[in-house]
Amino acid sequence: MSARLWLADLRLTDFRSHAEFRLALDDRPVCLIGPNGAGKTNVLEAVSALGPGRGLRGAGLADMARAAGAETRPRGWVVFAEAVLDGDRHTLGVAAERTPDGGYKRTARLDGRTAPAAEAASLMRLSWVTPAMDRLFAGPPGDRRRFFDRLAFAFAPEHGAAAAAYERALRERQRLLDEGGASGAWLDGLEQEMSVHGAAVAQVRARTLKALAAEIAARPEGAFPKAVLGLTGPLESAFAAGAASADIEDDFAARLRAGRARDAAAGRALEGPHRTDLEVRHAAKDMPAAACSTGEQKALLLGIVLAHVRALAADPGAGPAILLLDEAAAHLDSARRAALFDELVDGPGQAWLTGTDAVLFEAFGLRAQKFELRDGAADAI
Amino acid sequence: MIELLGKLPGLGPRSARRAALHLLKKREALLEPLAQSLADAAAHVRTCGECGSLDTADPCALCSASSRDDGLICVVAEVGDVWALERAGAFRGRYHVLGGVLSALDGVRPEDLRIAKLVERARRPGVREVILALAATVDGQATAHFVSEHLSAIGVTVSRLSQGVPVGGELELLDDGTLLAALASRRAV
Ligand SMILES: Nc1ncnc2c1ncn2[C@@H]1O[C@H](COP(=O)(O)OP(=O)(O)OP(=O)(O)O)[C@@H](O)[C@H]1O
Ligand SMILES: [Mg+2]
Ligand SMILES: [Zn+2]
Repeated sequence: MSARLWLADLRLTDFRSHAEFRLALDDRPVCLIGPNGAGKTNVLEAVSALGPGRGLRGAGLADMARAAGAETRPRGWVVFAEAVLDGDRHTLGVAAERTPDGGYKRTARLDGRTAPAAEAASLMRLSWVTPAMDRLFAGPPGDRRRFFDRLAFAFAPEHGAAAAAYERALRERQRLLDEGGASGAWLDGLEQEMSVHGAAVAQVRARTLKALAAEIAARPEGAFPKAVLGLTGPLESAFAAGAASADIEDDFAARLRAGRARDAAAGRALEGPHRTDLEVRHAAKDMPAAACSTGEQKALLLGIVLAHVRALAADPGAGPAILLLDEAAAHLDSARRAALFDELVDGPGQAWLTGTDAVLFEAFGLRAQKFELRDGAADAI
Repeated sequence: MIELLGKLPGLGPRSARRAALHLLKKREALLEPLAQSLADAAAHVRTCGECGSLDTADPCALCSASSRDDGLICVVAEVGDVWALERAGAFRGRYHVLGGVLSALDGVRPEDLRIAKLVERARRPGVREVILALAATVDGQATAHFVSEHLSAIGVTVSRLSQGVPVGGELELLDDGTLLAALASRRAV
């Protein structure tokens, strides 16, 4: 099976270290090889900038603009791609333009027309693994929650708006509680907003968890250990147990109202989907992921992300996703690496990999297209 | 002049320079009439003491028009929302402009909005329904909730625009058809 979403052409202009950069591609996985600082991760970040959100480094538009020497006001940048989705070619351009007030404005064009973010998002689904995620299982819960929300967002682009609305209502309510003496009707209104948007967030998370668990269960036992996933939030659990959305909202609103004094004293809301953690266990070892070895953790993470892109491709409301794997091969032993490549070769979306040495990608043979990055240019090898 | 023009929404320093140049070139056709109408507006436009909209008369033309229905009051956040609804020809009752939406983070509190005046108007005999046409943002909806709780004591029917106003969508940015549909599909709260 060849990829159902792949990039046939990628061009960067003034993006990070790349003044002008171009890759002409076929539908095989893409390997970017080069020494430290060659600009490999920058290319993956540029691909991630084609999708919605802040991209794989979570950076702002200004950070992605090429800083050249003494030039204090970098110009804007452009990422252009030709994407092939289910055999249809699309052009997709994302640009950050300078605004008169000194900031940057993001604009996207799809097939030659200005495209709202939602439309571009429906074409360019993405999933990624980066070295910054190496400590995902042992690190703070917020990182795992954000990781999971990104997985959920790929299923349901409206997840982003619901999460932002929930966050806004949460902060408004806390400000009122901190100041004290606020009108009950105002707090009621904000708590109602929190419950509506919080329930929407939890519902998409619960749906995502279910889809991932089903996909993981269907995977063959093999190089990538199966993960058992769980979400700690009571709202997510209620959705998983089949409770009705309206009941979950009412219950959450009532708990918020009852928790006002407690949250005022604590200086933050102690309950709600903003506190949800993702629990991951190594199924075969029956051990928390955080207690697994570095390589095992990486394999668990890759297993989750591989399941994610397969679940997305199978979901009628979603579709195939491009998979970005930055330095993902490095921690894996050669057997696992070969298994990973076998899986990527017939994945639903094109995979992009980076590494410092061509040897890492030998097991691909001719089943991948390999480029050496040097001095800002890419040579096919 | 360029500096002042640059402070207008949607105009950066570059477009302000272009606008200034254009005005200076078209002195008689544009600059002088514009200066006159700006002076007129500065001298005569005031906030309507009744609905909070802007007009040269107080009460404004919309509040004094005898053809409009006194029984319906449409509550909006900004004067621009009144203009949008009027442009759509969507509504034939009276308006009430709150002057913003509640936001603790932006320092907008109930006493900063024209809520007491709304309650006073809604108490008048003959008022059948108050329609809350506030944006589907968190602040807009929290404000709608706050206002409807204050109106519920009076016993007047309160309704909200249902589908049609997207999350984050300001009324002013909606096209006329969407506004009409949103108004027609309002539901009681
Ligand atoms: N905004 C920017 N403008 C210009 N150069 C930048 C900008 N941001 C980052 N760089 C530079 O880009 C270079 C390449 O970074 P990148 O992270 O892509 O390297 P890499 O090939 O992934 O290296 P490694 O193997 O170490 O991960 C770095 O030397 C960095 O200093
Ligand atoms: Mg790198
Ligand atoms: Zn008036």
